[in-house]
Parts: sequence; structure tokens; C-alpha cells
Amino acid sequence: MTQAQQPAVEMRGVTKFFGAFQALKSIDLTVEQGERIVVCGPSGSGKSTLIRTLNQLEEIQEGKITVDGIELTAGGENVAKVRRDVGMVFQQFNLFPHLTVLQNCTLAPLKTGRADKATAEATARKYLERVKIPEQADKFPAQLSGGQQQRVAIARALCMEPRIMLFDEPTSALDPEMVKEVLDTMIDLAREGMTMLCVTHEMDFARAVADRVIFMEQGAIIEEGPPAEFFGNPKSERLRNFLGQIS
Amino acid sequence: MIRQFGPSDILFIIEAVRWTLLLSAIAFIGGAIGGLFVALARSSGSKALRRISAGFIRIFQGTPLLMQLFLFYFGLTVLNLPINPLLAAAIALTFHASAYLGEIWRGSIEAVPSGQTEAATALSLSYRDRMQHVVLPQAARIAVAPTVGFLVQLIKGTSLTSIIGFTELTRAGQIVNNATFDPFVVFGLVAAIYFIICWPLSLYARRLEGRMRLAFTR
Repeated sequence: MTQAQQPAVEMRGVTKFFGAFQALKSIDLTVEQGERIVVCGPSGSGKSTLIRTLNQLEEIQEGKITVDGIELTAGGENVAKVRRDVGMVFQQFNLFPHLTVLQNCTLAPLKTGRADKATAEATARKYLERVKIPEQADKFPAQLSGGQQQRVAIARALCMEPRIMLFDEPTSALDPEMVKEVLDTMIDLAREGMTMLCVTHEMDFARAVADRVIFMEQGAIIEEGPPAEFFGNPKSERLRNFLGQIS
Repeated sequence: MIRQFGPSDILFIIEAVRWTLLLSAIAFIGGAIGGLFVALARSSGSKALRRISAGFIRIFQGTPLLMQLFLFYFGLTVLNLPINPLLAAAIALTFHASAYLGEIWRGSIEAVPSGQTEAATALSLSYRDRMQHVVLPQAARIAVAPTVGFLVQLIKGTSLTSIIGFTELTRAGQIVNNATFDPFVVFGLVAAIYFIICWPLSLYARRLEGRMRLAFTR
């Protein structure tokens, strides 16, 4: 199939403004199928905005984005198609507090016509098993710890069987002792070959699973490379400074 | 002829309660339907819809309910429709309630964290599904207490329809008073009946508010 060869994500000249502030400055980025990308950079560098453009949580003003061969920026039906293909995990979990864990996981598959109730629940239980909390299915999000909630959020996204997963600082809102359980879940996912774009400051995670690390500053990609080179031999002054600050 | 205030007068007043309740129910149900549309328009992505609904709210919140009643009442005759106090009152109060409930519910919708909409959007849910299954159920919890509070205002507001000649509780009181000229007793009774209807609702609203606060601190 051609779909295997075409890039998972292709961004060309992507430019985003918030009012007068330019959040993304003509970004070019290609992500291959199965590639694991970590995006890092100081706050306000546009890294979250970058991955949020990939499912059009942020609309862009200029440029072209193609996801799995579907041109997102063409609009219309394509937006919904891309969103079905792209799962997202947020810093604040954003679980639906009025629904149980299981209902959180089955809502989108049911409403988008992906699955009937029995199939959706079976899929949900499968992914809750995968993130190692099958026993919490009937609880409400507020009854779970932060780490458990984030794992539910990952399972919820996986229930749509996405081909690409976006992570927007998934461990930043967690207590330190819960970071590991979420990272372990993400590492498992990476090992299974999921295409992933992760905005994170967890450099150990980047070293362990990333194929490529991207450093952003002021809305532009400053430097990118495989983790060994990225951490071992940073070329730009700004990346050296950044790595000095976070380690 | 002035006659003595008697049991038949009490019965007459109590019977008029049903008109107050009917009018309140019509206005509340009509206002709930209208208010939902106003709230959705107010919090929508379309600038035109937001402006129109904001204008609607401003007009109905910025003019006295009594003027609205007059305008709808006399407006019917301008349109060559027969004068019908119940119809005029029902329409005016429905618009009035739509504006207030619309504004209350807009606030409730906006109080639901934006991350909820984002997560639902990222899951590829349509606007309708996002609203129906994610945002509105959460907004409803926030809205219950102020909505019941507004219902109390609305029930008391129906008393103004007595001025356009609709025989609800207050008008019944006026009629009885005109015959018996015992205003303190008559309007004391009328006020007591309003209180009996409204007080439990106020208590209920306060209890819901307490429960909400508990839910938020948990």
C-alpha cells in the first residue's frame, strides 16, 4: 500500500499567529511512519502549538499540513478524517469527569460510528488492560490518581485506533512519583511502533525511545537530530544553554 | 357595595394560583428552549451569532419586564390579532426568560474548562456530540442552582401580568380587594401564597449550591 510509504506528517511553511504574536514561523517538518519524535524547548517556544496544529486544535494562517496523505489544511471533511487518525494526550488529562473510565473510552468510538457498544467496550477494556488499569473501568476520573488518570487518557485516545499519537507535556502536571508509570506506558507504546510526537522535558524518555529530538525556540525549529547527537553534540549555542538549564 | 372578605374570596384567590403556575410553567419551558439556543449562540464560534444573541440579551435585560408585557400586549392589536392577555403574557415572559436563562447558561457553558472541548474535539466528536455528551452535562450541574433561583424570580414576575389584565394570583387579589376593601388581609394572603410557592424553591436552590461547592472542593 502507498500509505505505508507516505510520511505520517508533512508540514510545509506552517505559520501561526495569536493576534500579533507569531507562534510558529514557517515550520517545515516531516515525520515518517513509526517515527518517534520528541519536541522540547523553553516555554512559549511554540512546541505545544506545533503539535496542536496537527489535529487542528489550532488553525494555521499559512502553510500546508498533510497527515497520512490527507491534506488537513484543505479543511472540510479532511479535518474529521485526520482527527480520527490522530490521538492526543493533554497535560491536564482532560478526562470527562461526569463519565466513568469505561464511558470515557467508549464515547468517541460510539459517537463517530466506529463501533457498536459491545465492540467499543471490548476495545476499551483491552486498552485499559494495556495501560495496566483494567480494574478501574467503572470508577470516575476523580477517584483515580493523576498517573492513573493520564493512563486512562492514553487508553481513551487509543480506543480510536489512531495511527499517530500526540502527547502535550503528558507528565508535567503529575506528582514526581507518578511520572514513571505514565512514561512506562508511553515507552511500551513506542516499542509497539506507534508514530508519536511528544512535547516533553523528560530527556531520559527522549534518550530511551526517540528517533529524533527537535529543539524549538521562538516559534522556529532551531536544531534536530537523533538523541545521541542531539544531547552529545549540540551544535547551536541556544540548545547548549537549554540543555544546561534542564539537566 | 362593599362586602365582607369571606371563604369564597379565599377560594377565588387560591384558584387563581393555577394561572400563576401555568404562566410560570409556560414561560419557564419556553424560556428554557429559547435560553438553550441563546446560550449556544452566545458561546458559538460565529461572530454574527454571538452579536445577535448578545443584542437580544441586552434588550430584554435592559428594559423593564412591565414594558415588555405592554409592548407584546399592544403589539398583538397592532398585528390585528385579538387581545389575549394570556398569550401576550406567555410570549413576553418566554422572551424575558430566554434572555436571562441564556445568559445564566452561557456562563455555565463557559465555566466548563476549555480542555474538555479540546479533548472531545481531538477525539473527532462533532459539535453536536461535544455539546450533548461532554459540555452540556457538566454545564448543567453548574447551572442548576442559578436556574432554580431565576425560576423564583420568574414566578414573582408573573404578578406583573395582572396589569395587562391577566387574572392570575395578584389580579385575583385585586379583584377581591376591590369588592371587600380589605387590602391588608387580601394582599397579605396573596403574598403568603407566593411565599409558599417560592420559599421551598429558594431552599432547594441553596441546597444545590452547597452540593456544588462540595463537588468542586472534592
